[in-house]
Amino acid sequence: MLDSTEGYVTADGRQIGGVVMELKNITLRFGGVEAIKNISFDIRKGEIRAIIGPNGAGKSSMLNVISGFYNPQEGDVIYKGYKRPRMRPYQVARMGIARTFQNIALFEGMSVLDNIMTGRMNLMKSGFFSQAMWWGSAAREEAEHREKVEKVIDFLEIQPIRKTPVSRLPYGLKKRVELARALAAEPQILLLDEPMAGMNVEEKEDMSRFVLDVNDEFGTTIVLIEHDMGVVMDLSDRVVVMDYGKKIGDGTPDEVRNNQAVIDAYLGVAHE
Amino acid sequence: MSDTVLYALEAALNGLTVGIMYSLVALGFVLIFKASGIFNFAQGVMALFAALTLVGFQTGQVPFSHLINAAFGTSIHDFGWTMPTLLAIPATIAVMVGFAWLVERIVLKHLVNQAPIILFMATIGLAYFLEGLGDIMWGAEVKPLNVGLPQGMSRWVDETTFNLFGYGFFVDVLSLWALAIAAVLVTALVIFSQYTKQGRALRAVADDHQAALSVGISLRFIWVLTWSIAGLVALVAGIMWGSKSGVQFSLSLIALKALPVLILGGFTSIPGAIVGGLMIGVGEKLFDFFMQPIIGGATENWFAYMLALAFLLFRPQGLFGEKIIERV
Amino acid sequence: MLYREAGDFKTSYASDNQTFPIRFDRYAYWVVLLLAVCVVPFFLNDYWTKSIIVPFLIYVIAALGLNILIGYCGQLSLGTGAFMAVGAYATFKLTVMAPGLNVFVVFILAGLVTAAVGVLFGLPSLKIKGFYLAVATLAAQFFLIWLFTRQGWFFNYSPTGMITMPVRTVLGFAVTGPSASAAAIYMTCLFFVIVMAWLARNLTRGTTGRSWMAIRDMDIAAEIIGVNPLIAKLTAFAVSSFFVGVAGALLFGVQLGAAEAGEAFGINKSFLVLFMVIIGGLGSIMGSFLGAAFLVVLPVILKVLLVDSLGWPSDLARHLEVMIIGALIVLVLILEPHGMAALWRTIKDKLRLWPFPH
Repeated sequence: MLDSTEGYVTADGRQIGGVVMELKNITLRFGGVEAIKNISFDIRKGEIRAIIGPNGAGKSSMLNVISGFYNPQEGDVIYKGYKRPRMRPYQVARMGIARTFQNIALFEGMSVLDNIMTGRMNLMKSGFFSQAMWWGSAAREEAEHREKVEKVIDFLEIQPIRKTPVSRLPYGLKKRVELARALAAEPQILLLDEPMAGMNVEEKEDMSRFVLDVNDEFGTTIVLIEHDMGVVMDLSDRVVVMDYGKKIGDGTPDEVRNNQAVIDAYLGVAHE
Repeated sequence: MSDTVLYALEAALNGLTVGIMYSLVALGFVLIFKASGIFNFAQGVMALFAALTLVGFQTGQVPFSHLINAAFGTSIHDFGWTMPTLLAIPATIAVMVGFAWLVERIVLKHLVNQAPIILFMATIGLAYFLEGLGDIMWGAEVKPLNVGLPQGMSRWVDETTFNLFGYGFFVDVLSLWALAIAAVLVTALVIFSQYTKQGRALRAVADDHQAALSVGISLRFIWVLTWSIAGLVALVAGIMWGSKSGVQFSLSLIALKALPVLILGGFTSIPGAIVGGLMIGVGEKLFDFFMQPIIGGATENWFAYMLALAFLLFRPQGLFGEKIIERV
Repeated sequence: MLYREAGDFKTSYASDNQTFPIRFDRYAYWVVLLLAVCVVPFFLNDYWTKSIIVPFLIYVIAALGLNILIGYCGQLSLGTGAFMAVGAYATFKLTVMAPGLNVFVVFILAGLVTAAVGVLFGLPSLKIKGFYLAVATLAAQFFLIWLFTRQGWFFNYSPTGMITMPVRTVLGFAVTGPSASAAAIYMTCLFFVIVMAWLARNLTRGTTGRSWMAIRDMDIAAEIIGVNPLIAKLTAFAVSSFFVGVAGALLFGVQLGAAEAGEAFGINKSFLVLFMVIIGGLGSIMGSFLGAAFLVVLPVILKVLLVDSLGWPSDLARHLEVMIIGALIVLVLILEPHGMAALWRTIKDKLRLWPFPH
């Protein structure tokens, strides 16, 4: 077992750091329903961490807890060594956590460029009055951040659609724009909620490549939920397996693959 | 009992009768909202339009006579006959059903799946259109409406309360009738939605459009049906208010008060609409009664909205609604 | 053929971000501005100024304000009339209490007062949305108008309940009161329109505007991305109310000269400005201009056409106008939810390719 501050180097030569976020005994209830039951796991800096499990296992709820959309009734989120107090989602975003959504949540009335610029919201500092006058810092800042956004646009290969209204894009491209918006925020932890849902094989390959590239190039820690087992096993360094709100497995893809509880949950087992 | 309490009681009782009006208009809102998710701002103007049409039929007015006179220099006003109320009411209902059909054809069909706020604004447009149409069709002057409902002070209430408290309450007989008719209307609606095939389809649509569509319920038929029923409810409201103070534009403003009623009662609850209407009717009269000496009169203008606002801040789902869990 | 972007290369992100990316538009804009400031004032007559041009300019400001709230931030308000009244009554009280204050400063202060009131009534938007918010703004509409008609302090206990604007001069020209010339009131309103349209454009193209639009399009996602909904919504309410307040101040101070809240700023005023925004185009600066122009001109056209030349009774023309506006609203929402501004854009797109569309 590794110490929480120690890092290691993966087989393909990537540097994985110490624990950046730890979830401790998280329990989340909606009325009488327990969506998450006493789950603990950690996320290391620079790793790709997958959460898998059958439908309704509580994966999305878990992601919502990390991104601050739901506040768990019990348990703590330890981020960079400090216990995170109850906060609003936008405050969590400001601490360097960005995400994409299972059902695309782009701003349909805005252009691709504006959507991605929105991702940089928290990095832009110019004041209200400077913006109203469009003098000094506001105009300068807009151009500077546009340059950063153009890098993301280049990286995800969406140059031709930058001025297109989002509502006119096909599904696959929307997913990519959403990733771009999250990346533009230069997050330390990137949460991806089923980034490949509803995609064909080629689109999945593209998306997998982007996920790996992001992790490789910017050293971004990635937490992802995915149903395609092949993709998960290929991409991730460590996997958490959930079923009915409980954690039933946690480890490297190989460990998880051979875990009896995981096999039972996926293949079904006769209950005595 | 002290005089103040008695006067307050009388004010409350009169508030109850205004409240029924609010309830009736709110009822129309709820029906349409349940079936189509549309917040029908035009409900109040529908009541006005229905009442105008009824009077027009009764007195044998020529529709659009002002327009025709202005355009062709003629001077026609009425056909010279009058229509008995029993015939005029079904004729008006037919007009309202026709209106419902047109609304579905021309407006709703094209706005399916639009954002609720767009639909809401469309009904504001509809309200304006209908208001202008009513004025052009039947003229804008205040018209008396008489469908044979008794009016004047209720002797019975006066005597009973006099015997009880030594002070006779003034209550209009018409209000008692309104109360009874509203009760009958609500009962009929409940029976219709619970025990008939169309009623069941209506509830299915209210629950889930897609699912209802997939089991073979015609969404468009249901919409025409609900807008027709809402038209009928509007007619009842129009008759009540018209008999009391004449058919005039203020009717559509009164109907605006149905909005706060819905906030109190919840947008999907028929009992909520009734209770909310009565609460606001009584509340605003009592508030005005007690506050008038302190802050001045005419607080009825805003009391309902401020009450709704307070409600929104502390119990946004209304009295009878459930808390909504947001998801992403 | 002049209308091309080809050959007009952008070499910096700043020039790519400018308001009129096409050179022809840029020139057209400056020409219009130049005409409006230097030529139009010499060709004004009283009738045109009072009945069309000044109302148009004032409603442009109101429509810009409401468009920021509804079109950009997605928060429906039916209280525009009352917020205009706040601007008007603040102007009245300020001119009475501080007679020496420059009237332009008074108008701006009136806008700021309205912004504060707007924020107050915008607070519920943090918890409620859609129709619910519409009802909350109705509370503002009816409560504020009640205050202004029933509480004597606001109209200085004048027996008629009216407020009247005294004469005020700027640079030696009377801009308010009966002696103000057509050119002076025109220039006053034009000044505010230019400044405020410029402010609106700046605010909507930067971070603030994007946070408004994010809230409008998907408020939950916006918050998760890092938009503070409190700040976004309240700035929208504040800016919107500021605009609407200045419009109300101008309507009372410059155009009407005397007003009574229930008459001049009733719920119908709220709807009028709402309709300008819908017909002109939700979420468009250009749309606010087009919508205001359309709804100011329509009644005048109907009156000239039906009453003056055909001799129809004027109430019939008014009812016809109500009916036409209602039908137009429904039609616009069905056919082109982004209003006249979207039509304008379509025409420009066609023009860019004309005469060789393929």
